[in-house]
Amino acid sequence: MFSLGLTSLLVRRNLLFVLMSLEVMLNAAGLAFVVAGSRWHQADGQVVFLFILAMAAAEVAVGLALVVQIYRHFQSLDVDGLDEMRG
Amino acid sequence: MELAFYIAGAVAVISTILMLTRMNVVHALLYLIVSFLAVAVDFYVLGAPFVAALEVIVYAGAIMVLFVFVGMMFNLGQHAVKMERQWLSPGIWSAPALLAAVLLIEVVYLAKGSTGAIGASVIQPKEVALVLFGPYMIGIELASMLLLAGMVGAYHIGSRQAEKPEIQHDADTHERRADTSGDLVLAGAHQPSRTP
Amino acid sequence: MVSLLWLIPALPLASALVLLLFGPRLSRGAAAAFGVGSIGLAALTTILVSSSFINAPPAGNAYTQVLWTWMNVAGFAPQIGFYLDALSLVMVLVVTCVGFLIHIYAAEFMIEDESYSRYFGYMNLFVASMITLLLANNLLLLTLGWEGVGLCSFLLIGFWYREPANGRAARKAFIVTRVGDTAMLLGLYLLFTRLGTLQIQDLMQRASAQWRPGSGFAVAAALLLLGGAVGKSAQFPLQVWLPDAMAGPTPTSALIHAATMVTAGVYLIARTHVLFALAPAAQTAVGVAGAGTLLLAGFSALTQHDIKRVLAYSTVSQIGYMFLALGVGAWQAAMFHFLTHAFFKALLFLGAGVIIDALHDEHSMFRMGGLRKELPVAFWTFLIAGCSLAGLPFLTAGFFSKDLIIWSAWSAPQGHPLFWIAGMAGAFLTSLYTFRLIFRVFFGPVGTPVTKRPGYAMTIPLVVLAFFAIVAGYLKGPFLAVMDSVLPRTVEAHTGLTEVSSEVVAALLFLVGVYFAWLFHLRKRSLAEALVANPAAHALHEWWFAGWGFDWIYDKALVQPFVWVSQINKSDFIDAFYTGVARLTDLLYRGLSRSETGRVRWYAAAMAGGSVLFIAVVLFL
Repeated sequence: MFSLGLTSLLVRRNLLFVLMSLEVMLNAAGLAFVVAGSRWHQADGQVVFLFILAMAAAEVAVGLALVVQIYRHFQSLDVDGLDEMRG
Repeated sequence: MELAFYIAGAVAVISTILMLTRMNVVHALLYLIVSFLAVAVDFYVLGAPFVAALEVIVYAGAIMVLFVFVGMMFNLGQHAVKMERQWLSPGIWSAPALLAAVLLIEVVYLAKGSTGAIGASVIQPKEVALVLFGPYMIGIELASMLLLAGMVGAYHIGSRQAEKPEIQHDADTHERRADTSGDLVLAGAHQPSRTP
Repeated sequence: MVSLLWLIPALPLASALVLLLFGPRLSRGAAAAFGVGSIGLAALTTILVSSSFINAPPAGNAYTQVLWTWMNVAGFAPQIGFYLDALSLVMVLVVTCVGFLIHIYAAEFMIEDESYSRYFGYMNLFVASMITLLLANNLLLLTLGWEGVGLCSFLLIGFWYREPANGRAARKAFIVTRVGDTAMLLGLYLLFTRLGTLQIQDLMQRASAQWRPGSGFAVAAALLLLGGAVGKSAQFPLQVWLPDAMAGPTPTSALIHAATMVTAGVYLIARTHVLFALAPAAQTAVGVAGAGTLLLAGFSALTQHDIKRVLAYSTVSQIGYMFLALGVGAWQAAMFHFLTHAFFKALLFLGAGVIIDALHDEHSMFRMGGLRKELPVAFWTFLIAGCSLAGLPFLTAGFFSKDLIIWSAWSAPQGHPLFWIAGMAGAFLTSLYTFRLIFRVFFGPVGTPVTKRPGYAMTIPLVVLAFFAIVAGYLKGPFLAVMDSVLPRTVEAHTGLTEVSSEVVAALLFLVGVYFAWLFHLRKRSLAEALVANPAAHALHEWWFAGWGFDWIYDKALVQPFVWVSQINKSDFIDAFYTGVARLTDLLYRGLSRSETGRVRWYAAAMAGGSVLFIAVVLFL
């Protein structure tokens, strides 16, 4: 799942899709943690998943706010158009 | 039980793939929600009911809903779909897929050799809570601060008025900045002469 | 008193440091006080030291004062030590006293120059280096002084550096003397590796103990030292730099290129005369070089029209006489001629300076004339010096010293009639070109008018030097007696010519020369023009004017090939290393800046790629 998320992150140009694939990747990582916790019969895996969840929530909030601003500014959601900070 | 795990896992993977390849944003979002729900089932089967509930409530319920709101807000119609079709030629998938495949192989190689029964033990929410408020106390506090920061940041970013259309930055000097496209080194070299 | 020896080089050196470090902040008066005063004090010290030395001679007729050991490396321990004997005493006396007079002259001559203190700084540094050279007790310290005078010569010739021609002349002087210096250093290496020391006195003893007369090492070492002497003293084949060195200020020409630096070569050979006595082939080479040079320079002096260039070629010629004396083994005669030459040549240059200054920078004698009424002091002192140079019998010092050399050229053990003939021919030429100069400048119709007259600071040294130019000749007896303690007296080996008869011939040639000069340059000047108009004579005239074409030969044979080689090697592989570094950096810059696209997906791909690599490294290594 992580690999899928990574692939889609690299391919898609729509900002929203980029964020979505980011969520996929996070979810996949969390899944890995939970599986590990279950494997060794510890609650820690679930705890980590909780933290990942909190982090994803915060990130989505900020990220979507940024997306809204970008849309207002550039009138498009093309990620490649956001390349002003180039060397 | 194991069968349920594998079926839910397959559903998750398939709906993720479907999500990736959609042209329409809202369709893709819906597929993503399905994927998350499948993962929640996986969690339950693994013996982690607490995170399963969390996954559904928070991830699929709050975060995805946020996505859906924003996606709908943008009201991207047929034009966006056409753009997506343009952007996504099959050839584009090759290099990232290769990269991700290599990563996959490496991770699988690393993870091989550890097997265990699925759903052998169920970890009750009470245990999770004990661990959370015990050793991981500080993590809780930090996470809450992170959420607070995220909230404040999102509010501020979202509330800013749309800026005026992009103009040249040295509007106060009535000059056009030279186009030093991409070349930091030469950026200072082509200054047009100032009239005294 | 003798222990004050170290002050003699130290005072000018200290003054030079002050002048060069604080020069721009010093006023004219202060700079002159330092510059002239230090030499004056050095001269005073020299007189005190010499009176003490002569009245109470130390053991072995030599006084050594060691200041400290310069370095001590694997048993090689040269010292900063001074060695005073009659030879170095005489030379130091001349350098400091004549130098003092020249500095007084320069204090007025250079008064309008804006780099006044820089000038005196360089002059003092020169005097300090020269005295170090003369007093050195080992060849390494002598080389230090040698290099120092070469440096100061470069700095002073190119003093007015804003004029490119002056810089070129300075470079030429330095490079040519460098060729000689290299030969000298090779000689030093040879001496050190064969004999194990560079202390001059020890060296001479070991050389005479270990090397048979005529042995290869002795000849090689002597020839190499001769190479160095030839460079510094502007003899054949390295004489090309001295005429161009006249681009420097006149007091510099007087001090360096007449009285002192150019005699460093003579001093070197006299100091190491034991070595030369062991190598007759080399000694003959010295004599031949001297004889050849004196004739070569004499002919060239006859054709010049810049008065300073005439005097420059004259200097080359007179030092040729000194080399001739050294070559035939007349060591004391050479030193005596050095003494008289210092007086009258410095006087000639200072007088020329007065003339040039008075005529507002006019150098060509063909545009001068009738100055004997306008500049009387300059005229009489110049006349006295000119007569001394040409050898006016019995009244001038030059007569005594030059005739001693010419007679020794016949009579000394290594003497030869050919040397005598060369010396006599040279005397005739000397008389001819000297009086050509005098008649053109001081007699005849007035040319360029006089716009400035010299002050006391410029005339008093002239008078003092003129006095010595006459009187020094009468000191021949006592002088030779003093020299006995350090240089062997020349025995009369070849008979057939008495000293008196040689002097008579010389006097006759002097008079003939004056007559011809009077005829061609005063009585019927048209004769001179007619002589030059003849095509064969004209070609000869041009050839002698260009210094017998040596500049042209050296340019074609040495300079052009060297420049050509350096041009084709301009971007050699060592340069490629440095430009390669720059090019590599540029390449990296371009590559890396291309990777900064500003696109998120590109960065994410880079991260993914990096993590893949990293995991691979962890897994497989």
